[in-house]
Amino acid sequence: MDITFKNVGYTYQAGSPFSHRALNNISFHIPSGSFVAIIGHTGSGKSTLIQHLNGLTIPTEGTVQVGPFILSKEKKEKDIKLLRSKVGAVFQYPEHQLFEETVAKDIAFGPMNFGVSETEINQRIQEVIPKVGLPEALLERSPFELSGGQMRRVAIAGVLATQPEVFVLDEPTAGLDPRGQKEIMNMFYELHQTEKVTTILVTHSMEDALKYADHIIIMNKGEVYMEGKPEDVLLKINELRRVNLDVPESILFLKNYLKKFSLEDEVSVKSIDELADYIQKTYKGDYA
Amino acid sequence: MNTPLVEFTNVSFRYNEESPWALKDCSFIIERDEWVSIIGHNGSGKSTIAKLMNGLLFPNEGEIYVNGTKLTSETVWDIRRDIGMVFQNPDNQFVGATVQDDIAFGMENRGMERQLMIERIQSSLEAVEMTEYRLIEPHRLSGGQKQRIAIAGILAVSPNLLILDEATVMLDPRGRAEIMATVAEVRGAESLSLVTITHDLNEVAQANRVIVLNKGEIWKITEPRQLFTERTALKNMGLDIPFITSLTEALKERNVDIQNEPLNDKELLEELWILHSKT
Repeated sequence: MDITFKNVGYTYQAGSPFSHRALNNISFHIPSGSFVAIIGHTGSGKSTLIQHLNGLTIPTEGTVQVGPFILSKEKKEKDIKLLRSKVGAVFQYPEHQLFEETVAKDIAFGPMNFGVSETEINQRIQEVIPKVGLPEALLERSPFELSGGQMRRVAIAGVLATQPEVFVLDEPTAGLDPRGQKEIMNMFYELHQTEKVTTILVTHSMEDALKYADHIIIMNKGEVYMEGKPEDVLLKINELRRVNLDVPESILFLKNYLKKFSLEDEVSVKSIDELADYIQKTYKGDYA
Repeated sequence: MNTPLVEFTNVSFRYNEESPWALKDCSFIIERDEWVSIIGHNGSGKSTIAKLMNGLLFPNEGEIYVNGTKLTSETVWDIRRDIGMVFQNPDNQFVGATVQDDIAFGMENRGMERQLMIERIQSSLEAVEMTEYRLIEPHRLSGGQKQRIAIAGILAVSPNLLILDEATVMLDPRGRAEIMATVAEVRGAESLSLVTITHDLNEVAQANRVIVLNKGEIWKITEPRQLFTERTALKNMGLDIPFITSLTEALKERNVDIQNEPLNDKELLEELWILHSKT
């Protein structure tokens, strides 16, 4: 589903002495099937922004359009439940939201709420379990007996079981070990590739943004600070540092390398292998 | 010879009799003023070690000594005075209504003099560079600031050992850098051993030694530089290697003849420069 923000502003507790302006004049367009990374330091408005995507938050100014659904102060979307069935959100530490007696029941909760039949739900559970890397033997266990990493997978399986057309992921891998992080990110990436799920990823990892996203939005003080292709945006070290962000290690190394070896190439690298290729070609200094 | 600050001898632990060993036959020491990182996949027993160290759990087998004293249910209260812990979630460790109340909490529990408490609140807030937040309510702080206050509360009771149990995972990169800078600064100023439980390899690279856990057992105790050369073994255990090690590896595969194992950008650039100058 296409996602369009048009002059969106949001003020918490508007009109009260506690009012706080979280978003200001945000406009962007995300074509259906894209993978977008949203980056910004704490308090930049990332979380407020993504809460607009499934109608948890309604803009105080402007309009948000998600596929056929329109959210604005003037026109409240009547079918917000339908919207939520299309937008699967994985918020931070989703395992804190597990509550059912068994893993299977917890996964079933989402689709059940959206009126999916029991047979269909059972079929979906069988489908999502291997995708998130959970053994079937865990289905009848209590989710609270599982390890943190397994609980995270159960929570994600619950979102997958609703078969959303859009993923909204707020740091889905925080706190997992490196293998767990890679497995979960690769899983989302694969679903994005094979099933064309539009994916919005909020992350602190510049490396993940570079690796997975085809578009990056950098937020600062409730506004869009920069946007574009990851390999272009993440090259802008000074602009990023100004808003307290780091550049990916590979890009930082490349910059230092170019400087030390007095090279003036316009190169962009997306991976360690590409960086190593470039260094191998140039470090002796005799290439043409 | 000095007694080590912490000593584990053949420690095993499981959460109940049916469950598998969370920790099996672990022996290691932590010296005074040393910085030791503990790494391992999720469920490898890292946090169990931390909890055993300050007597939140007791071993089923083996013994733990802190400052030469055996850790038992009788000695645990004294031993905890020596060990401060900061946990993962900054929101779960506040009790005070203001920052200064929160820092005072640990000192109150130890029955410290009021005057001393006032001085210590000041000095520990200075150490974490948060003096202007003294009267602020903790929930108004950012995650990184909260963790700095948690550290200040521990510094105020001047323990010999600070354990950071994944204390930076919920923070953004800037918050992480703040915490690690704070800790490094404090260690420069006073005697403090540090145990960091982490997945962040850049944190590991700063430690003196690393304990690598795999499925509840100690796989290896080594120095970071040494550890990062074991790329395949680390990967098989579900762990990662730092960017600079990966890049060095990729360059070696491309016949770039790097001699010494670099730990940071500067060292690798230096290696490349030497090769460049040779030709």
